[in-house]
Amino acid sequence: MDLIESPVSSIEPEVADLCAAVRDAASVVPVGARTQWAVGEPPVDGLELRAPVGLLRYDAADLTVTVAAGTPVATLAKVLSRQGQECPLDPRHERATIGGVLSTGLSGYRRLRHGPLRNWVLEVRFVNARGDVVKGGGPTVKNVSGYDLPRLLVGSLGTIGLLTQVTLRAQPLPSMRMWTTTERSPDEVRDALFRPVAILWDGRRTCVRLEGEAADVTAQSDDAALDEGAPPTFPAGPHRGRISVAPGRVPALRSGLDQAGVRWLAEVGVGTVHVAADDVAALAAAREVAAHHGGWMLREAGASQLDPFGIALPNRELLLRVKTAFDPDGKMNPGRLPGLDPRPATKSS
Amino acid sequence: MRDLVSDLQAALGPDRARAEPLELTLYARDAGVARGRAAVVCWPASADGVAAAVRIARRHDRPFVARGSGTGLSGGATPVGDPVVIVTTHMNRVLEIDAPNRVAWVEPGVLNLDLTRAVQHLGLHYAPDPSSQQACTVGGNVATNAGGPHCLASGVTSTHVLALDVVLADGSVAQLGGLEPDQPGYDLRGCFVGSEGTMGIATRIAVRLSPDPPAVRTLLLDFESVDDAAATVSGIIAAGIVPAALEMMDAPITRAVEDFVGAGYPRDAAAVLLVELDGLPGGVEVQVDAVSSVARSHRARSVRVAADDAERALLWKGRKSAFGAIARIAPDYYLHDAVVPRTRLVDVLEQVYAIATEHELIVMNVFHAGDGNLHPLIVFDAREPGIWERVHAAGDAILRACVDAGGVLSGEHGIGLEKRDAMPWMFSEHDLDAQARLRDAFDPSGAANPQKVLPAGSRCGEAVRAPEGAWI
Repeated sequence: MDLIESPVSSIEPEVADLCAAVRDAASVVPVGARTQWAVGEPPVDGLELRAPVGLLRYDAADLTVTVAAGTPVATLAKVLSRQGQECPLDPRHERATIGGVLSTGLSGYRRLRHGPLRNWVLEVRFVNARGDVVKGGGPTVKNVSGYDLPRLLVGSLGTIGLLTQVTLRAQPLPSMRMWTTTERSPDEVRDALFRPVAILWDGRRTCVRLEGEAADVTAQSDDAALDEGAPPTFPAGPHRGRISVAPGRVPALRSGLDQAGVRWLAEVGVGTVHVAADDVAALAAAREVAAHHGGWMLREAGASQLDPFGIALPNRELLLRVKTAFDPDGKMNPGRLPGLDPRPATKSS
Repeated sequence: MRDLVSDLQAALGPDRARAEPLELTLYARDAGVARGRAAVVCWPASADGVAAAVRIARRHDRPFVARGSGTGLSGGATPVGDPVVIVTTHMNRVLEIDAPNRVAWVEPGVLNLDLTRAVQHLGLHYAPDPSSQQACTVGGNVATNAGGPHCLASGVTSTHVLALDVVLADGSVAQLGGLEPDQPGYDLRGCFVGSEGTMGIATRIAVRLSPDPPAVRTLLLDFESVDDAAATVSGIIAAGIVPAALEMMDAPITRAVEDFVGAGYPRDAAAVLLVELDGLPGGVEVQVDAVSSVARSHRARSVRVAADDAERALLWKGRKSAFGAIARIAPDYYLHDAVVPRTRLVDVLEQVYAIATEHELIVMNVFHAGDGNLHPLIVFDAREPGIWERVHAAGDAILRACVDAGGVLSGEHGIGLEKRDAMPWMFSEHDLDAQARLRDAFDPSGAANPQKVLPAGSRCGEAVRAPEGAWI
């Protein structure tokens, strides 16, 4: 699919319909491409609503782009690459939509260099629980005008509002991109490199992503004794999870994860570990390992009998106040973020 | 009132709370122009002390205002509503440096530059570098989501803060965010950073440290017209180069700085650009060539590449001394802060000069051009009758021009009191309502830094127009 730039007004009728639908419905379920449907609990029920699709403004000379939230990430990538630019959202699934990726909030494998998803979002527009359009943030690359609603929306799993439009930062594509590998320990490799893009480690092999000017990429690869190689394989399987630990704890997870019988790939320096298992018990064991090292594991796929997070929500009371402030009737994606349903809490308080 | 002071003294120590005229005068404002009045000023030494001060303020039915070094320019730390002012400057320890993982835990009163000094022997630095970095605190940087010249490539404060211990407005404590990359639930850390003290007070902060770049080149570009310089900025970004820093100074400020520090800036330039490129050597050299060629295509008179660290430091000294140099021109100045898309710089700068002319004022520009962050500086003599009205009118007109060009009200100083009433220029009633709800969720009492950021009546339903059964 290709996209022609059309003004913001082009999606206004569709957004107005979404507002009316939210106003009339008892509860709504924002839907992207359903590629991350197992993150959080499945929504209880509600009217399924989809954000519009479209390229609304691409200011390549300003390195900013505004898109309708239902636009697939891959479509945006194509538009940006034609101008030699990118936005490193890096979803695992080709079909994922921008709104879906941001609402789920899971950053891509290049986070070590390019930072988390939230750093790329400048402005959001969403339909709130009352059916009104709300704008947060602003279209410029630097902005501290008012409260940071974009960061509230990223990772909120559709429980604050239905994202309809976002403005993102873009960056120039590097002139050279390369996967390299080594048997050396990931920490050793990291110390030898200046701001590598990604260091992925499965306990045996370290895969390093280098991006930049050709001379630098080659020099870095030589300095750290890296060999050009195939990209790493992300763990696959019916049951998948994503561990978050303090980055310094990653090496210590190795033996536990191996014992748990899962396949895993760690983002070194970030603290994310991708885990896959053939049976639920192994995934549950990996979760125990994460907890033992002060972290937690998000269920990403399968394992429907497991709790989605495996830990109590940190600062649940404050989170619930935020949720209740935006959605007092629990209309937006009920049940998806368990523990944050405002209705029972209101009764008990 | 006497009870309030003695309660604070009992909890914090006899020297840690005062309500004498000297303190009340000193703490009546920050580096902005708005003046308020504190009921009492206190200097807790610990997180427990901050929590105690908040609880005591609440028990006496007083609001509280957090304050670092008071270098803010938007009145964010100006005491409003006879509050307890809680100063964090005595909490100034770097608590932990974890070099392998590039994290430091600091107390909020640590000065920005002291943090970088504490880690520079490890080849690390703390990236946000506001011009006030010798004086401003990390806690204050968190409150305002502060920027600085080197935030162009590396991002403002929020991208460098991993976790925060905070005291909320009811005196309870919480840790927001963490060293692990993600937490379930909303990004409360992201909400708190930049909330200008209206959500609570940070008492311990985990910041990300950045590795020093292996190669750094600093360029001074010299132009015969402001338009050419501004077009060069747009051209550099459009060429796909995001420098580490890209600063612009117009003729009057360049002359003032040159007279003040002798950095070797051309006194006859209409504008100069200070460009810093860093990273790996190959990329830096490619970018030096590309920037030079963009500059020449926009008629740069000269491209000077600093030969060594001493020359680099001198060029930066010029930029960072800009505000000191202004005192030589006029006794008072009013510094603005707004952002426009980088493609609109030429056009907006022309408007800024036209607005100044129209109001018979002198305006100078020294700013973070690379991210479109304008800092028009109006210089004047406050003793001149009626001058403040003109300064304010011109300031409002400049801000309007920026917003009309698709820009925003503030890039790094914050909203505070100064721009609170301009928020509706940028945000609809629904937008402001959403922001008010977020703030209320953190601080239902409204006691944390009241009357800042959002204009009165921001929350829909605050006025009487909410129909029955509607969202209240």
